[in-house]
Amino acid sequence: MIRAATAEAVIDAVRDASARSRTLEIVGTGTRRGYGRPVAADTLLDLSDLAGVVDYDPAELVLTARPGTLIAEIAALAGGHGQHLAFDPPDLAPLWGGASGSGTLGGALALGLGGPARPFAGAPRDHFLGFAAVNGTGELFVAGGKVIKNVTGYDLPKLLAGSLGTLAVLTEVTIKMLPAPRAGATLVWTALDARAAVALMTAALASPAAITGAAHLPAKTGYARTAMTCLRLAGVSVAVDAAAVALAELLSSFGPARRLDAADDFWRVIGSVAPLVAADDLVWRVSLPPSTAAAFVAALPLPDGARWFLDWGGGLVWLWLPPATAGHDTMIRRVLASTVGADGHATLVRAPDEVRREITPFQPLAPALAALSERVRARFDPGRVLNPGRIWPVP
Amino acid sequence: MEMPCPNAAMLANRAAIVSGLRATLPGGVIAEPAELAAYANDGLTAYSQLPLAVVLPKTTGEVAAVLQYCYDHHVKVVPRGSGTSLSGGALPLADGIVLGLGRFNRILEIDLANRCAVVQPGVTNLAISAAVAADSFYYAPDPSSQIACSIGGNVAENAGGIHCLKYGMTSNNLLGVELVLMNGEIVRLGGRALDAAGYDLLGIVCGSEGLLGVVTEVTVRLLPKPECQRALLLGFPTMVAAAECVAAIIGEGIIPAAIEIMDRPAIAAAEAFVHAGYPLDVEALMIVEVDGPLAEVDHLIGAVDALALASGATTIRASASDIERTLFWAGRKAAFPAVGRIASDYYCVDGTIPRRTLPAVLTAITAIAAAEGLSVANVFHAGDGNLHPLILYYGDRPGQLAAAERVGAAILAECVRVGGVLTGEHGVGVEKRDLMLRQFTAVDLAQQTRLKCAFDAGNLLNPGKVFPELCRCAEMGRVHVHRGATRFPDLPRF
Repeated sequence: MIRAATAEAVIDAVRDASARSRTLEIVGTGTRRGYGRPVAADTLLDLSDLAGVVDYDPAELVLTARPGTLIAEIAALAGGHGQHLAFDPPDLAPLWGGASGSGTLGGALALGLGGPARPFAGAPRDHFLGFAAVNGTGELFVAGGKVIKNVTGYDLPKLLAGSLGTLAVLTEVTIKMLPAPRAGATLVWTALDARAAVALMTAALASPAAITGAAHLPAKTGYARTAMTCLRLAGVSVAVDAAAVALAELLSSFGPARRLDAADDFWRVIGSVAPLVAADDLVWRVSLPPSTAAAFVAALPLPDGARWFLDWGGGLVWLWLPPATAGHDTMIRRVLASTVGADGHATLVRAPDEVRREITPFQPLAPALAALSERVRARFDPGRVLNPGRIWPVP
Repeated sequence: MEMPCPNAAMLANRAAIVSGLRATLPGGVIAEPAELAAYANDGLTAYSQLPLAVVLPKTTGEVAAVLQYCYDHHVKVVPRGSGTSLSGGALPLADGIVLGLGRFNRILEIDLANRCAVVQPGVTNLAISAAVAADSFYYAPDPSSQIACSIGGNVAENAGGIHCLKYGMTSNNLLGVELVLMNGEIVRLGGRALDAAGYDLLGIVCGSEGLLGVVTEVTVRLLPKPECQRALLLGFPTMVAAAECVAAIIGEGIIPAAIEIMDRPAIAAAEAFVHAGYPLDVEALMIVEVDGPLAEVDHLIGAVDALALASGATTIRASASDIERTLFWAGRKAAFPAVGRIASDYYCVDGTIPRRTLPAVLTAITAIAAAEGLSVANVFHAGDGNLHPLILYYGDRPGQLAAAERVGAAILAECVRVGGVLTGEHGVGVEKRDLMLRQFTAVDLAQQTRLKCAFDAGNLLNPGKVFPELCRCAEMGRVHVHRGATRFPDLPRF
């Protein structure tokens, strides 16, 4: 294992590995190593010491930090200035057995997964302004910028977000920060089925109300005795109050709405998923157009013990199944193809290493797109030094 | 500005290429010089070049066939939407064709249940919002040329607009595209879901300035229209006070829909032109627009009013009606043509800076221009730090265009020096291509050009744009833009 605390140390490690045809697995605190395909690299490159906020000027809405900085540390720093990470980074570490709050900023960007606010405030990609990184041949390069509006050159931060460390090793990142809402509330409707819940959320999201979360948690998911369909409102308190009244009236055909002033626990559970699932359940995440969500979950031939919930107004399905479920990947992808078509994709987010080695955790791409993606990858890391096989098997 | 050396063999072979293209796309090829002239430049009117031919396909299959023909015959291709680029992104090449997407002008589907629209790339930005207005939705990015600019061009340039502080740029409102690669292969990136499997290639295609592929279909997000919009007109005795007010608003946790600043020369020109009722005794005029639910907007208007007062504003007026709000904007939106009345020509610059450096950068801009004997009027997307200095010059006076370009380059160098970037929303194109090494190292740019190779190994798609080239031997023809004789005289620019 190599612990790199500086960009220079990262350059040395990658150059050395590249020269000797060795491979590196890139980790921060390692909380998300269970995501994607298991990497069988020669050496672990640990970036957890490449940490610390480099620059933060709240009035500029910009923060620059080294990638090993804990999300929790940035959240606390920003909170002191009334700001937050608007992409709502979900605390997924416990899903893979890590401690809550132990994930790093670099890891959140490398996975690229948005939380419950994603349809309203964007994903990590939307807040990733610039970076310095080391490519697979050991060259340090920068892209993007340190201002919030920039179109100079290709928007490489978006490409790096979600690339799982297969293109370059981030050594410094700049992200957009935004003011945290001053007030909030959550409206809850109970006992709706998936079809009604999606209809409710769709109607709500067509209204001008300032909504920052829309999720449906069915009964028997272990959280509450009845199904909960929730809308999160945010803004100044007068606007939250007005929106709560207006939405309750607009959506009265779905039953009475109950207003919760403190629903942080509900949204934490929706974002992090882990509190709902058993330790050895297989966990899938399915992204699709909201209008197809109800048909998709209805068509799933789910075994006993399998459960799901909807986030993103129906645009995201979290699904978990008992570990012995045979053929789960085939079943999910077949139902997705027949009820959604090409607009959806399913990811096996958590499973034992041997399962993620055997079945592709990520949705297979059309051949021309797969070939293009491989050409892109090879232009950053021709020698397959960085996280080889993390997304697609090494041929 | 110099473009890649035209390939003499390609020029000599023009007749054969034209007939080959006509065989590929009967009825879709323009080759008469008089007709080609309409495509000789885009919104960056200082540069002009006739292409080898213009090809106007209307289906994805036709685009693929044309690109495959060009790939097979090593013909360069410049994609073009409405041709409103301010950075020369659609400037033709003498030895290449222009691939015009104007016939892709249909809205294919409006899908309100999934809050998106699927449109062809030649549809104008404003037409999307117009098509869903009756359902109280809209498409958020609003570049000033939105009445004319195409959504395909918006994707290519990652177009912004005055409301992108709150609602983001094109890339933040884009769900998917169908893309034809230079070799004629067709790929789909993204779709109606909020994310897609694999690398975020959609994220790099957006803003790639036509260098990676040709977009033939676009899926955009739609947002519910805000319940109401109100604006404040604020006047400040100093630019420092105005800049402090912006910081105070953001510091208070308020993200307005738009924050615009004009300096004294811009205020004077705008007021003389449209009589918006701007105060003429202030050094900085600011328009703050807030939108959202009625209760929130009223609250925010009160909060911004108080912050402006505390920052020393000498004029504070809140719009009481949509008519008054539109009047506040009228001067700002007419700033470019208004400035065009005080000098025969102006050259618009587009850097972004950290907002805290605004007063110092404006002082530097004045000095840079004065050293060349020129003056500048400044308009500024203040919320996100995007400057638009308008350098005033007389194109018919010898050396003034070159002087204006030197001033522009020096201003952008200053933007980079203080921690900003070369372009906030207009793109690099040919205009800022040779300045790229001020912001990036050769290693940075090499990584970017390697990425292009993954899409277009032969460098046939829009070569000579964005990245400095080694081969420079042909001086481009230049045209004067004089007395309002711009390519789109009626198009708003702000």
